[in-house]
Amino acid sequence: MTQQNKSQTEPMPGNHLPHPTAVSVTDLDLYYGETQALKEINLIIPEKQVTAFIGPSGCGKSTLLRCFNRLNDLIDGCRIEGEILLNGKDIHADSVEVPELRREVGIVFQKPNPFPKSIYENVAYGLRIQGMNKRRQLDETVEWALKGAALWEEVKDRLNDSAFGLSGGQQQRLVIARAIAVQPKCILLDEPCSALDPISTLKVEELIAELKEQYTIIMVTHNMQQAARVSDYTAFMYMGELIEFGATDQIFTKPRLKKTEDYITGRYG
Amino acid sequence: MKALAKWIADGTPWVWLNAAAVSASILLVAGLLLLIGVRGMGHFWPLEVQRIVYQQADGSELVLAGQIREEEKVTASRLRESGLEVAEGTEFVTRYLLKTGNRDVIGQDFRWILEPSIISTGKPQSMVVFEREEWGVFIGLLIGVREAGQLLEDADVWGSFQNRLDHANELRDEIRDLEKSRIGRVNYRLERLRLKQRGLEIKGRDDAAALAEIESNRIVLQKEYEALEQELGDLYTRLRSDAVIVTTVDGQELELPMSSIVDAHRPNQMNLVGKLGYFFHNVWKFIAHDPREANTEGGIFPAIFGTVLMVLLMSVFVTPLGVVAAVYLKEYARQGLFTRFIRIAVNNLAGVPSIVYGVFGLGFFVYTLGGSLDRLFYPEALPAPTFGTGGLFWASLTLALLTLPVVIVSTEEGLSRIPRSIREGSLALGATRWETLWRTVLPMASPGIMTGMILAVARAAGEVAPLMLVGVVKLAPSLPLDGNAPFLHLDRKFMHLGFHIYDVGFQSPNVEAARPLVYATALLLVVVIVLLNLVAIQVRNRLSERYRGLES
Repeated sequence: MTQQNKSQTEPMPGNHLPHPTAVSVTDLDLYYGETQALKEINLIIPEKQVTAFIGPSGCGKSTLLRCFNRLNDLIDGCRIEGEILLNGKDIHADSVEVPELRREVGIVFQKPNPFPKSIYENVAYGLRIQGMNKRRQLDETVEWALKGAALWEEVKDRLNDSAFGLSGGQQQRLVIARAIAVQPKCILLDEPCSALDPISTLKVEELIAELKEQYTIIMVTHNMQQAARVSDYTAFMYMGELIEFGATDQIFTKPRLKKTEDYITGRYG
Repeated sequence: MKALAKWIADGTPWVWLNAAAVSASILLVAGLLLLIGVRGMGHFWPLEVQRIVYQQADGSELVLAGQIREEEKVTASRLRESGLEVAEGTEFVTRYLLKTGNRDVIGQDFRWILEPSIISTGKPQSMVVFEREEWGVFIGLLIGVREAGQLLEDADVWGSFQNRLDHANELRDEIRDLEKSRIGRVNYRLERLRLKQRGLEIKGRDDAAALAEIESNRIVLQKEYEALEQELGDLYTRLRSDAVIVTTVDGQELELPMSSIVDAHRPNQMNLVGKLGYFFHNVWKFIAHDPREANTEGGIFPAIFGTVLMVLLMSVFVTPLGVVAAVYLKEYARQGLFTRFIRIAVNNLAGVPSIVYGVFGLGFFVYTLGGSLDRLFYPEALPAPTFGTGGLFWASLTLALLTLPVVIVSTEEGLSRIPRSIREGSLALGATRWETLWRTVLPMASPGIMTGMILAVARAAGEVAPLMLVGVVKLAPSLPLDGNAPFLHLDRKFMHLGFHIYDVGFQSPNVEAARPLVYATALLLVVVIVLLNLVAIQVRNRLSERYRGLES
């Protein structure tokens, strides 16, 4: 399905980062049937930093995000060309076990998607799949993950209640807890706050700031202020192309390209 | 005029039309239930016995006793045409259907009588209705009771009769137990022994030692059988030693052996409470007892049992098959022309007339599969077929095939209702597709699967036509579930409520006696289906409760 493209193009000029590389994308093209959704993406994402993808709807932000844990494999007629290296390893190599990859790259979607199980079982889901069965070990990990997602204090007395009983913001933090429970290296956030109220949004944003101490975070957002607030690096995408990538401060204060400036200042999008 | 146009433009007539359609449907269903309810339950109500002095066509008087079952008006001209004299000037004549019983004495147990010919009626307190093992009921008067040949000199004849009847019923229970379970078991083992010997002969391993062992076993069983036979003979002698002396209402004296009497009651002496008690007693007997007299008397327990067991087995076969098929179609198969074609085929399968499934079941399951099974595994029983004839197994499989489309379609619907985000959530945590399916998707689709099962059960329980070809009989000698290993006998033929209705209603030698039974059986069939459905619906509601919030 995927075609290896070994041509080593240099990353975009000016992308020389002071951090070690977590993900590097080279010449990535993605097609849905005949339509090309991503064009020639070249990108280097730094480790243990927050990288935000911004751009108008349909520009391919989410599609790019979903490439990192190969969720696009599930879509019929989706074809990927190019190379994505995660910590130096090609994620499309034949030797890669996709479930293993997805364990290393967690994802949180726009709408919270808890399973119809108890709060505890939601967090333990990934652990059980890895074969963790010992009650004490599970208890400890679940508690650790819930604390990590700043949810423990709110739910510690009702771990066995259905996850559907939680508010939207709590559900989203539960899903984050579920993702960090399996101890990934990288967490993908696909517009994590767009379905939340301002207070929940604030909590999740604070959480993101804490999480970057340990995880590489890549997020898609529609909210320019949010990107400015929480991210260290920002990529601006337009019509399936990566227009500009750089430190957030630089992108928001002195973008190099006219298109970026127009978008940020709200002239279109 | 404008008002009318506006009224039509509003759509008010449509609302009325829709409401009328709904009301009509509800009325029809309620009417159906009411009809079979009243007719069916009426059968169990103890009717009073009328003593009627009746003038026959030739002028002579006749004394009759019986229960009035029906009343109808007929035109006088119709009666005149059939040769009866009706007074001038009358246009309609009321006539009654009298259940006189006593078929052994007067040759029929129902007769129509015309109202103008009735000279007098009365309800003597002492009239007794005897229910008998054969010849239907006997309606008459109780004169005396004979115990072991001796006429009892007791003032309270009814009391001593009740006494002896209880005694007879105890004996009868013992006999039934002996015949059904103990002698049945010995016979079953003897038959197994015969088959074992035959099997050895076929394989050519019938050496002297093996034969001797079989023979010694057989002798032991034969001895056991003879002892039981002896015991049975004693019980029968004791049962037959009692008798009752009765007279018909016109004075004919008869002696009925106690062994022939099942039950007796005096409806004219019963008050409402007594009648109600007798009514429930009758209903219980109908549900819990075996049929007698070519199914026109007694209960229908084997038919209820057969129906429920067959439906349960059918569910056991159809659910895994349907779910697995639906999962493949929805989750694994690449969606394209071919899967679309398969889906259309599955949907069309649901529209195939059920008798066609019956023919297929007979041709493929019974003759082809069953015949091969017999040749491979039961050669010793041939030429008598084991699985090569209709039976519970093939009937359940045939119905499973019949209901498969329903289960596939609703499982697919259940699967497609699960949001993609849930699947992706599971996959994103490192679950494989199989783990996602097993831990998340299938549990969440379980209400859909249950819906399919409910529809399947409702359809299968009411199906008769295909069953007639693949294993239902009008009278099965034994239940498919009993105490002889392997307990569940899938090769046995069984009885079914739907077929019972057909058999009693249309194949019965005694139409008048059987008619109320048709309604009662129909009512019971409806009740059984409703109960099966209620259980399934309850389970489904629990499941959907657990996965509620899914739709948001």
